[in-house]
Amino acid sequence: MKDKIHKFEQNGMYILLDINSGAVHVIDKMIYDMMDTFDGSNDEAVVQALAGQYPEAELREALGELHALMAARELFAPDIDVPPTFKQKGLVKSLCLMIAQDCNLRCKYCFGDGGSYGQQRAVMTPEIGRRAVDFLIEASGPRKHCEMDFFGGEPLMNMKTVKAVTEYVHQREKETGKTFKLTLTTNGMLLNDENIQWLNENNFALVLSLDGRKEVHDATRPDVGGHGTYDRVVKNFHKCIDSRKGGDYDYRGVYTYIRGTYTRNNMDFTKDVLAMNDEGFDILSMEPVVMKDSPLGFTEADLPRISAEYDRLTEAYLQRHRAGRGFYFFHFNMDLSNGPCVAKRLSGCGAGHEYFAVAENGDLYPCHQFVGREKYKLGNIFDGVQNQELPRYFRESHVLNKEKCRNCWARFFCSGGCHANADLFHRDIRQPYEVGCEIQKKRLECAILVQACLALEKSK
Amino acid sequence: MKHIKTVNKPSLQSTVHTGGCGECQASCQSACKTSCTVGNQVCEK
Repeated sequence: MKDKIHKFEQNGMYILLDINSGAVHVIDKMIYDMMDTFDGSNDEAVVQALAGQYPEAELREALGELHALMAARELFAPDIDVPPTFKQKGLVKSLCLMIAQDCNLRCKYCFGDGGSYGQQRAVMTPEIGRRAVDFLIEASGPRKHCEMDFFGGEPLMNMKTVKAVTEYVHQREKETGKTFKLTLTTNGMLLNDENIQWLNENNFALVLSLDGRKEVHDATRPDVGGHGTYDRVVKNFHKCIDSRKGGDYDYRGVYTYIRGTYTRNNMDFTKDVLAMNDEGFDILSMEPVVMKDSPLGFTEADLPRISAEYDRLTEAYLQRHRAGRGFYFFHFNMDLSNGPCVAKRLSGCGAGHEYFAVAENGDLYPCHQFVGREKYKLGNIFDGVQNQELPRYFRESHVLNKEKCRNCWARFFCSGGCHANADLFHRDIRQPYEVGCEIQKKRLECAILVQACLALEKSK
Repeated sequence: MKHIKTVNKPSLQSTVHTGGCGECQASCQSACKTSCTVGNQVCEK
């Protein structure tokens, strides 16, 4: 029964997660100890094992509570197999457009080789972009919601295509009845008044890249000439976010957030998250870099320090929340009651079967990170998906088909991690990147703890 | 309960039979952009 639960202690609280129901229980130390032995049908063994530590009457009372949870199917809930709602073939619902395979920054950890993705620097033409819209409309079939992510490189370096594609999206929305959600990821260098106004008017969700403290950001995200960019982008981010407060596109309603990357050079990244909050930003994300054979990348030896840092971040997050100046941290935000269905948890990111990237020349890849990895080329937007085997392989590469994921407690939260990272480290999308898994699991524990704390405080 | 406080009303088991409409947002799993993981999502229904 141990493979059906996960328990952990953090910040003085004891948490019990029932993996197959998703129930989160805040428990006392006695229950925490009992769960080392309890399997649902061995009450006497539990009493015997802990008789020297706890009064028998208390143990029996607690056993009664555990049996009540079992009766409610919130403890040792049955294993979940691939449900009939998980269809054999996915419908494509989301495209990432490589609007510019070029960039005006030279970030030290860029997985896209400074925007070029190992190819010639180039930008997407309006014709390719418009054809991608039609491709998505056809491929999404009866699905109403479609998504397009304008990515790069730096997409604002190619506003001509961004605007042409957006105009065409609006036209096709009217013609087809579909709804497109548009997102743009930018480093902020070209986020001037004109672009901000246009992005707001067109209801773009925005992902704004900032790495925390000025000295950290300037060291990792220099411009082409090697100069720091913090002051320039922060000024633009303030203008952008201020312009989204209130009105039809309040930034809390449209997905607008500041996201950062931490590396081996700033494993004290709580300071970076708090620095961004102190700077006046309150919708934040901060993620570990993924690099192989690089001094900036992480190894197993770094995990204890990263884990301790997440404890600090959790504490700081809760402190600010309790003091009435809380901020939104993307990875701690988790809806424990109304999360995604099992089919979605198996689909995960959908790369390669529900989500494709379109390279500047129209070639299709499973996602933006695979652009330039030739063996993963799926086809192109004119001729469609020619490699029919790969989408099926990606769809079937879900947690229940991956040896290392099948019994992992986090399988229904992380959905097996990033395929591109697995490929980077193991040349096999079914072998997850272990350091990433450990960081993910720690971050999930923190998120569950945060949600449990907030729920308990709310109920008081 | 005295020893246990359940903080959510989990829906995972019931969605084995009811989910799969696919209208939810894509959820990038990498560390480079909208990396929210499915755990951070809500159902669109």
